[in-house]
Amino acid sequence: MLDGRFELIPQTYRQLGQWLHRAERAETLARYAESLMTQVRSRLVSVKAGQGPRVYYARGPDGLETGLSGSINVELLDWMGFNHFGVRRTGGLARASIEEVLAWNPEVIITIDQQFAETVLRSPVWRQVDAVRHNRVHLSPKMPFGWVDFPPSVNRLPGAVWLGRMIYPELFKDDLRQLAQSFYKLFYHVEPTLQQVDEVLAGRD
Amino acid sequence: MKRWFKTLLPWLLLLAGVLLAMSVGRSHISAHDLWQATLEGVLGWGDAQHPLAQTVVFEIRGPRVLAAILVGAGLAMAGAAFQGLFRNPLVSPDILGASAGAALGAVLGIFLSLSIVGIQLLAFVGGLLSVGLVYVVSSSFRQGDPVLLLILTGVVLGSLVGAGIGLIKYLADPYNQLPAMTFWLLGSLASTTADDVFKLALPIAAGGFVLLLLRHRMNVMSLSEDEARSMGVNTTRIRWVVVVGATLVTSAGVAMAGVIGWVGLVVPHMARFLVGPSFDRLLPASALLGASFMLLIDTLARSMASIEVPLGLLTAVVGTPFFIALLRRAHRSWA
Repeated sequence: MLDGRFELIPQTYRQLGQWLHRAERAETLARYAESLMTQVRSRLVSVKAGQGPRVYYARGPDGLETGLSGSINVELLDWMGFNHFGVRRTGGLARASIEEVLAWNPEVIITIDQQFAETVLRSPVWRQVDAVRHNRVHLSPKMPFGWVDFPPSVNRLPGAVWLGRMIYPELFKDDLRQLAQSFYKLFYHVEPTLQQVDEVLAGRD
Repeated sequence: MKRWFKTLLPWLLLLAGVLLAMSVGRSHISAHDLWQATLEGVLGWGDAQHPLAQTVVFEIRGPRVLAAILVGAGLAMAGAAFQGLFRNPLVSPDILGASAGAALGAVLGIFLSLSIVGIQLLAFVGGLLSVGLVYVVSSSFRQGDPVLLLILTGVVLGSLVGAGIGLIKYLADPYNQLPAMTFWLLGSLASTTADDVFKLALPIAAGGFVLLLLRHRMNVMSLSEDEARSMGVNTTRIRWVVVVGATLVTSAGVAMAGVIGWVGLVVPHMARFLVGPSFDRLLPASALLGASFMLLIDTLARSMASIEVPLGLLTAVVGTPFFIALLRRAHRSWA
């Protein structure tokens, strides 16, 4: 079994390259992953882990499924040191209590569920939280796999930059379209048009 | 206990349950603010200072309280009706596969990544279909005790449906779908919205109303088939109507709250300790006690921890010691 942890992506690629006798290609991908991670890390040096805006990670059509710290689903949020809802306790996926979420009042909502991203704007309950009031509900890109989770994959590499841009726009001034194009070209050998890239970034089906 | 007190007690418990459920929760809003928000929202009096209190009363706790009342009352009534119908104190509303069918529908809905409405609809239809199938298969036998055949068919088809649930869980994505399915199979009112309550209130109220209307006749049903016939009661037709009523209630309850065991099995016994076995008083008492019990459990589920605790776990953990204590004190037979 290969370790699927985000931090180990470069190592995993090298291991795979050895086994499949494609060391050169694997090295390219591993280097890309390493440099991207270093870049993301360097942007976040000024931010203390667990500080910063309150982020709620919403899954499921009602948005009440969330990942606790240490779960594979929020591994990327943990790695980036976000102050997310599940950070105060460890565990897997859990159902959040809506009253607790309201009282905690998240400033940003990251979701992977398109239905939730749409209904949350009309919901009289969710309208109470700052994230909805200030229009900071972000639907994660998901082509061909999720960028944040669902499933946790190598797509979390551009996903890290995307998350950074959503949560710290002043620290991440990256051009996401360019990033997506170069990532898809290198990893999937496809060159999406700008229009296709925009569709991916919108996160919709 | 005096008779009037025994009649009044379930109502008092329900009232206490509603007050408790409305005032306890994870957002720390004072009882005063909640009361102001309620007055303002219902009667238009005063000016609520606290917009969050309004949301909590009318969008979060209010719908959940209504849902808990509907589901608890429905399951307990269906359980009481089935226990009388099948003349067996161990019967619960899922004996004919209503819960299993509804669970299969819901799990399939999650597997296909349907919307909430889609999942609820599949659950409701799954419950009805499964009981319908049990009924059709068991009536196709020409010989034998019809009640026994109905139960046996229900148990056998129920396990087939259970295998279907197992298959879907096995195929489901372990990181993405399985937790949602497991949580759903343990029951929860966490995602209840005001909309859901209105949609599912209709089948539950309709089924519950049918059962309440038939409560006089149900006394006769708990006699043996021949005795009932000799009293001029058409047992086949009544049995059919009771099954339809209880199935409507159970399927809608499972569609709203997931699978919640225990309530339909044990609450009717509690009601029997209190008011005796006559359905005239047993059925309303079961409904009230079921509603109060579910309110208590759901309040615990949403306030114990910052994450929701599944209802099915709490009903068993809280209910079992309570029921054992009741059994110790009981002197009369409950059949």
